[in-house]
Amino acid sequence: MNNFDYSRASDVADAIRLLTADPGAKLIAGGTNLIDLMKENVERPSRLIDISRLPLRDIEETAGGGLRIGALVPNSDLAYHPVIEQRYPLLASAILAGASAQLRNMASVGGNLMQRTRCAYFYDTTTPCNKRSPGAGCSAIDGLNRNHAILGASESCIATNPSDMSVALAALGALVHVAGPSGQRTIALADFHRLPGDEPHVDTDIGSGEIITAIEIPPQAFARNYSYLKIRDRLSYAFALVSVAAALELEGNAITEARLALGGVAHKPWRSLEAEAALRGKAATPDHFGHAADLLLQGATARSHNGFKIELARRAIVRTLMQAASATPQSQAHKKIA
Amino acid sequence: MADTTIPKPIPINLVVNGEKRALELLPWTTLLDALRDRLELTGTKKGCDHGQCGACTVLVDGRRVNSCLTLAVMKDGAEITTIEGLAKDGTLHPLQQAFIDHDAFQCGYCTPGQICSAAGLLAEGRAKDADEIRELMSGNLCRCGGYPNIVAAIEQAMSRS
Repeated sequence: MNNFDYSRASDVADAIRLLTADPGAKLIAGGTNLIDLMKENVERPSRLIDISRLPLRDIEETAGGGLRIGALVPNSDLAYHPVIEQRYPLLASAILAGASAQLRNMASVGGNLMQRTRCAYFYDTTTPCNKRSPGAGCSAIDGLNRNHAILGASESCIATNPSDMSVALAALGALVHVAGPSGQRTIALADFHRLPGDEPHVDTDIGSGEIITAIEIPPQAFARNYSYLKIRDRLSYAFALVSVAAALELEGNAITEARLALGGVAHKPWRSLEAEAALRGKAATPDHFGHAADLLLQGATARSHNGFKIELARRAIVRTLMQAASATPQSQAHKKIA
Repeated sequence: MADTTIPKPIPINLVVNGEKRALELLPWTTLLDALRDRLELTGTKKGCDHGQCGACTVLVDGRRVNSCLTLAVMKDGAEITTIEGLAKDGTLHPLQQAFIDHDAFQCGYCTPGQICSAAGLLAEGRAKDADEIRELMSGNLCRCGGYPNIVAAIEQAMSRS
């Protein structure tokens, strides 16, 4: 780890001021990803600005019937919050599918959104990586890319976003509230994470000097017909090969509203409005779910080692939609897939 | 700038296993290194040093965390419990006794982290059966493969708590 200066922000304005004053500074809250990256010399901040004591830990009802969640709420507190468990179980389930109990106790909601890819080449400073050193080249494209993206990748970068929480937030249509030198603004979660394009070193839409203050989830909660299914190399505490967040509104067996998002397959949670529209008005059957899966996976591209992910994703999408339709969501503790 | 001037040590106060400890630490000192190298509490183990193995698990204000990914200066004022602080008045913590009863270790290197993590798990009250124990203990690896006995030990402590 490099030497760095340490400041404790007294409020959000102070954090923005400290961040603006030192272009090499980074915010730290839970630190679970940043400290790890600093130990690998991938991140070398000149200063850490400790925001962990700022009063951004409330979970409040919004006037519109949704919820506003402070950026510093720990992942475990959010997953086990009674309102989240009862009204937004898809979000609770996705959070509990990620990391370990210790890391969920430490990691903040805002930090979860800001976590970086777990691409092994990004972590290995002896190999070229466009995300770490723009213009250096991508080692994964012709390397070991079994875990890498099948959707939305570029010739510069085929890394994936590792978050489970973000996949559920994408399906729920969440918003991200940020504050910065020029005031506050709101970013749709769908636009918060970027595709790599030719600037893979830019993960998100966050500007310099900006800080996440809260996320907001709309009232439509899909509390009955939902499921989060995560497929990985071991049963717990591993990043997704493919994960699926599915949420349905049903009248009888007819779908009136559908949300679908994929994790582990792209540089951001992957949604297709076309796939969701194709489900509306249809019966909740495996054939219709298969058609939606084909639409969601349109343009999927295999690299040398990750071609299996395309069929895996297709089957996982159908399975997760069946779980959602039958109101038998995947348990994150009892691992048998119904 | 960083790497050319060395920041000054920062004074912090911790309550470690019930005892007040004043320290002056450089900002990059992890809680794990502060416990082991400054306070000589070497029960907490450095396994992977990357939050992947759980050997460094301690309780901070009653919650289990990976001390290797925690900067000590950020925990100024916190109460820390390590494996050395679990036994009371010469009596082992029920989890320590249960690990002995069930032979829940082989080499023992992961054991302090397993026991501190299990203490956090019991306090959380979320695990109700063996599957849930396994899931909520997945952040603690045992390279000897002692998992069945670890789960049995935690079940014993859970049933008596």
